Amino acid sequence: MTYDVAIIGAGIVGCFLARELSQYNLNVIVLEKDNDVGNEASMANSAIVHSGYDPIENTLKAKLNVLGNAMFDKICEELDVKFSRIGSLTLAFNEKEVETLKMLQQRAFNNGVDVEILTYEQIKQIEPFVNENVKAGLYAKTAGIVDPFNLCIHAMENAIDNGVTLILNENINKIIKENDLFILNNKYQSKVVINCAGINADEINNLVNKETFKIISRKGQYYVLNHFKDEFVKHTLFMVPSDKGKGVLISPTTSGNYLIGPSAEETNKFSKSTDLKTLDEVAKQANLMVDKIPYYQTIRTFAGLRATPSTHDFIIQESDTKNFINVAGIESPGLTSSPAIAKMVVEEIISKMLPLTKKENYNPKIKKYIKIKELTLDEKKKMFAIDKDYGTIICKCEQVSLGEIKDCLSRSCPPHSIKALKKRLRVGFGKCQGGMCQAEALSVLAKFYKVDKKDIMYDNLNSYILYSKTKGEN
Amino acid sequence: MKNLTCIECPRGCNLTIDDNLKVTGNFCIRGQKYALDEISNPKRVVTSTIKIKSLEVVRLPVKTSMPISKKLMFTILKYLDNIQIEAPIKCGDVIIKNICDSGANLIATRTILK
Amino acid sequence: MQEYEVVVIGGGSAGLAAALSAYENGLNKILIIEKNSSLGGILNQCIHTGFGIHVFNEQLSGPEYAQRFIDKLDNTSIEIKLNSYVTKIDKDKTIYYSNDAEGFQVIKAKSIIMATGCIERTPGAIKLEGERLSGILTAGLAQRYLNIEGYLVGKKVFILGSGDIGLIMARRMTLEGAKVLGVAEIMPYSNGLRRNIAQCLEDFNIPLYLSHTVKEVKGKDHVEQVVICQVDENKNYILGSEKTFDVDTLILSVGLLPYNNVLEDLGVQMSSTKGAVVDENYQTSIEGIFACGNALHVHDLVDYVTKEAMQAGLGASRYVKGLLKHGKYIETKNKNGINYVVPQKFCLQNIDKEIMFKFRVTKPFQNVKILIQDGDRTIKSIKKMFLLPSEMENISLNLSELKDCKSLSIEIMED
Repeated sequence: MTYDVAIIGAGIVGCFLARELSQYNLNVIVLEKDNDVGNEASMANSAIVHSGYDPIENTLKAKLNVLGNAMFDKICEELDVKFSRIGSLTLAFNEKEVETLKMLQQRAFNNGVDVEILTYEQIKQIEPFVNENVKAGLYAKTAGIVDPFNLCIHAMENAIDNGVTLILNENINKIIKENDLFILNNKYQSKVVINCAGINADEINNLVNKETFKIISRKGQYYVLNHFKDEFVKHTLFMVPSDKGKGVLISPTTSGNYLIGPSAEETNKFSKSTDLKTLDEVAKQANLMVDKIPYYQTIRTFAGLRATPSTHDFIIQESDTKNFINVAGIESPGLTSSPAIAKMVVEEIISKMLPLTKKENYNPKIKKYIKIKELTLDEKKKMFAIDKDYGTIICKCEQVSLGEIKDCLSRSCPPHSIKALKKRLRVGFGKCQGGMCQAEALSVLAKFYKVDKKDIMYDNLNSYILYSKTKGEN
Repeated sequence: MKNLTCIECPRGCNLTIDDNLKVTGNFCIRGQKYALDEISNPKRVVTSTIKIKSLEVVRLPVKTSMPISKKLMFTILKYLDNIQIEAPIKCGDVIIKNICDSGANLIATRTILK
Repeated sequence: MQEYEVVVIGGGSAGLAAALSAYENGLNKILIIEKNSSLGGILNQCIHTGFGIHVFNEQLSGPEYAQRFIDKLDNTSIEIKLNSYVTKIDKDKTIYYSNDAEGFQVIKAKSIIMATGCIERTPGAIKLEGERLSGILTAGLAQRYLNIEGYLVGKKVFILGSGDIGLIMARRMTLEGAKVLGVAEIMPYSNGLRRNIAQCLEDFNIPLYLSHTVKEVKGKDHVEQVVICQVDENKNYILGSEKTFDVDTLILSVGLLPYNNVLEDLGVQMSSTKGAVVDENYQTSIEGIFACGNALHVHDLVDYVTKEAMQAGLGASRYVKGLLKHGKYIETKNKNGINYVVPQKFCLQNIDKEIMFKFRVTKPFQNVKILIQDGDRTIKSIKKMFLLPSEMENISLNLSELKDCKSLSIEIMED
């Protein structure tokens, strides 16, 4: 089969591109190296929908950030993804930083973003947890938080529902062009190729083109705090940005947890290791903003790799090779920009390569997910009447039922691994980090896929959990 | 002279046994026997699991009815690889008498009804 | 709505003993709600022996110990709900639970005993350095996979933390054919029972690296190497002391935490042990709600869990019968060298003969005195050759010793 479009990489950009293209009469295939979609930077980031005051005027970053931000309400409604415009506060601690805030206020105005500068007293009113030494803050009320895992997953689910093909565990290492057709890994033929391979986008580009850009991998380490009953910060708190990036932030997440981070370290493209020294530094920075951070609530630390382009702006263009499009260097505000990037690529670039006619039966929505924990008692009872499995709680910390897991497994972008299940339903996301429920979750997956338990992976194909059966069994 | 940690109870007494087989440091009589055994023929209770045909579980926990010679530990473990029984079984049931000539029986340590 | 005299949440060692004790003390309408498909809790996967020396004067395996209590249930009116999970409790003791047979149920209880056990500290909680890979597991999870499911998690293993479960797993995995290359403990002393060092490590020549911790975990998708490093007294790395082990598995045995999600949501007063603050009857800050076992504070021996739970069962029965008096509480204070004391408060009018205080020391001590005082008055002084943080201490005081007591503190006196 010859595809019209092959998308390399199922990160947030690839997922939104797939969804955007799925409304047209096109054969689209997505090729992903990992065992799940949204498994790299799209999973390990600050989960922020930025307002757009920060990117320098007239850059792609500025334009797409603002356009993307405005799209989130509708998209998250259609895709059943948690999203909340909680607003962000960028905090200044001295006169020089206050000056920077004024510069950012002007930049926000130029970018078309509504912000205001608040005094310490005004900040204290809406965010009582900030430290006393805060001088002023830039308040951007359009900033929000989103569940980045399910943003990717549900976008892809919707794309697949509308006819897109997803191939997981397909690392692209060969692309040749023959008679106007690209052949990828000697297997997949496509008229158009979109390279949105994240930190590997330069290497994918180099399979076809001369090197025109480099992707630098910049690591960011974070703390994740558990959700807890006591009051804590309600806005995303930023430090005044420097040339290294937006600096450390403290933010609630859509699941009621809190993120503290990231660091910024140049690193190789493989290492997502964390280290105490860097995390201590992150804490030191965060403590400047809020001094009573309950670090004892830490349930996890993690690192993500940002794909920083050598060109300093998003790279979104047809390459020297005709019909080969690079969508590369999508670092922050990449998550926010992704729906706008997808729209731009399709409407401004692909429209000149392929005829775009709309599908009659395109449906932008996915079936709503049942979240037992969020239902009333009567609603829960109704769900139990439909399927008894809604009564069996598998993940105790996050209260996720067997019925929800089975529903998730029946979807078009289902989880194949323990981590994929965790990303979708928060199974194993809580205080015990799967200590109590991983064995049960693993059994459910093995039963569903009709494989031995040792064939269920934690994440990618070599990440086994169980090595071998005891007692002479294989 | 040899220093030992008694394993007979959670107390974990620090035992000393001298060349005349005199044991000191023991809180109770069990410590003396343990130290003497440990010098001549160290013994341990072996616990493991065996395969079981059951609707409830796939492994049945088992143990030797008394401490067996330490040298036999891995022999017994290997032997257990090829044992399989069927439910129902009761906690305390003897599964294998005098396992591997150790003098101890292998007994079930859990009741599995179905 | 179904109403019970006492609902016990959790059917492990604490829940079983608490329910049986409530029954033996005259209550009839008793329910145990257990999340798993069988009673016994974590004991079912603790197939090694060593349980029961204080309660039965025998060395039982975990499942055998549990079975003793499960068998006793047969002749009682105690009801059991298996595969059932409690998601919420209201202050008026309304309990919400669900299972696959009855769906979402709401019941009322006159009293509730929380016996929800504990969880293991995770790689995240200790901020483990290095990559997030498969092959990093807590000891209890590896134990479940091995003893219940019949799978080894790896063939070449390193263990971080010298907690008892880690030591037990070192032996278990060795017996099942894995090679355990070592155990690292960040403290200069072991956190497990002495006998487990002897029979789980020394028996198999497994080295114990004291004052060492894991500095880095390396690998692509699965663990490939673990780097350990010696630490100084402030737990800082002593650079140059790194040792690298080629392993496929890193097991963590770095402590347990009482699991009290439901109690926390309810707003019960919590203590530094991460369990509830309780009184002499193991009653929490909400009247009629009791807590015991590892959900209250992590015990070293199951025998002590049983004894504590029986006390909580007795407390609940007294509460239901209206026998608990509302007297003035005396607080127990942990001073020098004492990490915590349970119960945190007591009311003299509710003590029949004696009261048991349980505590742990903050660090190892040798040849010291445990001093129990009421202000400047010494109530009791006990000489101790050894005291270890890994071992829970019990001290009983009788009513005559507590006569006219106004306050109570426990501390370590060093020479």
